Amino acid sequence: MLHRHFSRKGRRLLALAALGVGLLVAGCGPQYVVLHPVGPVGRQELSLMEFAAIAMAAVILIVFVLFGTAVVRFRDYKGNKNPYRPDFHDHRLLETLWIIVPAVILAIIAVPTVKTTYALAKLPAHTDPVTIDVTSLDWKWLFQYPNQKVATVNYAVIPTGKPVLFELTADSPMNTFWVPQLGGMEYTMPGRVLPLWLQANKAGVYWGHSGQFSGVGFEKMFFHVKAVTPTAFQRWASHTHATAAPMTMADYHRLLHFTVVGKQTYASYPKDTFPSVTHGFSLSGGMYLLVRNNPNRG
Amino acid sequence: MPSFVPYLIHTLFPPDTRQPTELGADFMILVSGAGIFFYLQHFKKWKWLWTEWLTTVDHKKIAVLYLVSAVAMLFRGGVDALMLRTNLALPNIQPIGAVEYNEVFTTHGTIMIFFMAMPFIFALFNAVVPLMIGSRDVAFPRLNAVSFWLFAFGALLLNISFVIGGSPNAGWTGYPPLTEIAFNPGPGESYYFMSLLIAGIGTTITGINFLVTIIRMRAPGMTLMRMPMFIWTTLCTAALIIFAFPPLTVALGLSLLDRTFGSSFFTLAHGGMPMMYVNLFWLFGHPEVYIVVLPAFGVFSEVVSTFSGKRLFGYTAMALSTVAIMFLAYGTWVHHFFTMGAGPSVNAFFGLSTMLIAIPTGIKIFNWIFTMWGGRIRMTVAMLYQLAFIPTFVIGGATGIMLAVIPADYQFHNSYFLVAHFHNVLIGGTLFGLMSGLYYWWPKMFGYKLNERQGTWAFWCFAIGFWVTFTPQYLLGLEGMTRRMYTYPLGFGWHELNVISTIGAFIMGAGFLILVYNIYYSLRFQDKDLTGDPWDGRTLEWALPSPVPEYNFARIPVVNDLDAFWVMKQQGVTLASSLRAEDVRELELPRNSGMPFILGLGFFIGGFGMVFEWWPIAIFGGLIVVGSLVFSAFDYNDRKHMPAEVIRQTEAGLGRLQA
Repeated sequence: MLHRHFSRKGRRLLALAALGVGLLVAGCGPQYVVLHPVGPVGRQELSLMEFAAIAMAAVILIVFVLFGTAVVRFRDYKGNKNPYRPDFHDHRLLETLWIIVPAVILAIIAVPTVKTTYALAKLPAHTDPVTIDVTSLDWKWLFQYPNQKVATVNYAVIPTGKPVLFELTADSPMNTFWVPQLGGMEYTMPGRVLPLWLQANKAGVYWGHSGQFSGVGFEKMFFHVKAVTPTAFQRWASHTHATAAPMTMADYHRLLHFTVVGKQTYASYPKDTFPSVTHGFSLSGGMYLLVRNNPNRG
Repeated sequence: MPSFVPYLIHTLFPPDTRQPTELGADFMILVSGAGIFFYLQHFKKWKWLWTEWLTTVDHKKIAVLYLVSAVAMLFRGGVDALMLRTNLALPNIQPIGAVEYNEVFTTHGTIMIFFMAMPFIFALFNAVVPLMIGSRDVAFPRLNAVSFWLFAFGALLLNISFVIGGSPNAGWTGYPPLTEIAFNPGPGESYYFMSLLIAGIGTTITGINFLVTIIRMRAPGMTLMRMPMFIWTTLCTAALIIFAFPPLTVALGLSLLDRTFGSSFFTLAHGGMPMMYVNLFWLFGHPEVYIVVLPAFGVFSEVVSTFSGKRLFGYTAMALSTVAIMFLAYGTWVHHFFTMGAGPSVNAFFGLSTMLIAIPTGIKIFNWIFTMWGGRIRMTVAMLYQLAFIPTFVIGGATGIMLAVIPADYQFHNSYFLVAHFHNVLIGGTLFGLMSGLYYWWPKMFGYKLNERQGTWAFWCFAIGFWVTFTPQYLLGLEGMTRRMYTYPLGFGWHELNVISTIGAFIMGAGFLILVYNIYYSLRFQDKDLTGDPWDGRTLEWALPSPVPEYNFARIPVVNDLDAFWVMKQQGVTLASSLRAEDVRELELPRNSGMPFILGLGFFIGGFGMVFEWWPIAIFGGLIVVGSLVFSAFDYNDRKHMPAEVIRQTEAGLGRLQA
């Protein structure tokens, strides 16, 4: 009997190990975008994720060992030599222990969580950050560059190596703005502007998608963020401003229709389109002001 | 009026409801409806149906009604799930298009939470709570029936939307502005708001009913700290319901006003505030998570104790942790939308409060394990679900903690990682708990055990199918796949994991079929359980014969300890061995009433009128509602007498009366 249990346990362990290795190998694949961040925001989020995962793995291991032992040792079969103790139903020390141990583990996770939460809420001090106003529409993304004056649809160009402030709003039902390799998502909501700063340290094209369902065309809410060197970014902006066609109010209204469109590029855009989508609301929301008041904001 | 008919057809059966799946559903409804009709007609069962079931106020029969509805809704929600998984199995295949997919994922979530989990839980409450506390009924028997019929007609209203007019399609959370009439014309979302409003009234009444029942109607000697753990979790669930459903009612009601009467509480235009809906919804939504999981915790506490042959480990800590979870449940709702820009301080508060809930939950996990420690574990189907639950729920809890790590949540939010997490806790916690309770209490409800061999097969299908379905979904989240996409392009590497996930879903589907066959087979062929105590149980419900007579207890027992029936058995003095003829008195029992059914029907008709904005019908339904309430207020003939002789004969017939 004992021998059978051991061999079964052994097989189970082997299977678990195989699964673990499989996951690790799979985790190396480039399609695991969340695990391959290219900027500081995504990287900090990933390291917290890993930290929490390791702490949780420890908890899981403790529980599984206790659980497995209990199930193997105390099954009701003939000749079970392990003690039957129906009166073992309270134990002050043990019960205190399993309040304290989880509390300690949670505290260990909580401290860096809170720290990073505050850290990521603030745009890092930088002499020359780039601001992009993002508006989600049914079912497309509009990017407007208040400083470079240009506008794009369904793709954005950003410079590498410096923080980019995305100011997010919607002229449609809610969506979330998510570029997994740059960092986590934030909602785009009508009537509010939410800030999200991201940064790419490596040139490349990174895909983004909406995470909040917004109707029939939701699946088509893909977009691309193209990270290029700062000089190439400047070149792109001035070239676009010089050569592309301007966006008229009529163009903007066409974008409001319930349609799916391809990539578009505009040399300029009508002034009111971004603030106007807030429908007369003041630009509010605690975090937004925090960023707005940052003197380093470009 | 010749123009009337095309208008009617266009409104009730718009093109979206003429797709193959909808026509298939039409066909199934017609066939099964006709089948039921001819069965009742042929065997002259109409009167039986009315007097035994539609008008019953007996909590044990209401439990059966809830159970049948819950299993039917599990079927509907499960078919929805399989349709979703089929659509996602491979990139760019579209057995159902975006329009239908959006309807199906919306009804899948809505039905599984509101019309499967909730009634299943209420089935268990009704089946055993009065028995466990040594009571003859719930505090308000007629209101109990009202609760059921409001639930049933609410569920009916949501379900007919698929074939009449079009289903809701904005997710089970129904966020504005997507539910606004401008973005979502047609009756679908109105169906959603109306049906949840109707069912929500029933749920709130259930909460009040069971809270009062447990506070007021326990047998003498059953102090709070002698209540079975299932009673503790029921008590806390009832309290959660009472305070969580009002915000939902407000959110749904105001949304319905926005849609129907053009108000602007949550709309994009005229200064409405969609965020307010999100807050109200989750102010309900998070406690709701505990409303569906606490009863499962209660079931597991009973099951693990019974099948380990031991008292529950750390009873006091278990009771206190249940109460702690109840309070903490109200303080975590913002963790459903860390990414809505509440700012770091608010997010940090709710992140920490979420982590805090892990402590009382952890206490429970360890106490369950140590209940088994030093016991003798009998591997029944109910216990198998318990054994699958612990590792599954621990992993679900661990990923929950990862979601509470706020910066990490920015990456997890609304991705398949989140989808996997909440299915992990809802299936691993709630569904496994309900299944465990089903197998455990089935012999008490129906008088025979479900076949254990078939039950084991169904169990393995559910357990294995679950992990095959949802492990890939965790990984899909890390691959950046977001929820509610009806299809996806090739080239993201998502298809491999999606195929596996779909296979897992079908394994779970097979589990459901085996479960249904298990019930059918057991109904026909299982031996009657004559003992009333097939599991060597510990709590008072096992002291009664199965199925339990209408009056429950011929004589109300006196409780001296936790695990009252176990102690009685140890001392050799059970209810059956100590009942003498002179102990039996005449009883006053609640009389059946048609009013709850009529009231529910009134709500249904009124709700249907509201959905299509056909005011005469809405007003007619409203008049039925008011009429049945007024009738009930003046109906003093609501009790009946059961003579002592009838009870004596019943008990003697069961061999439970001593000469």
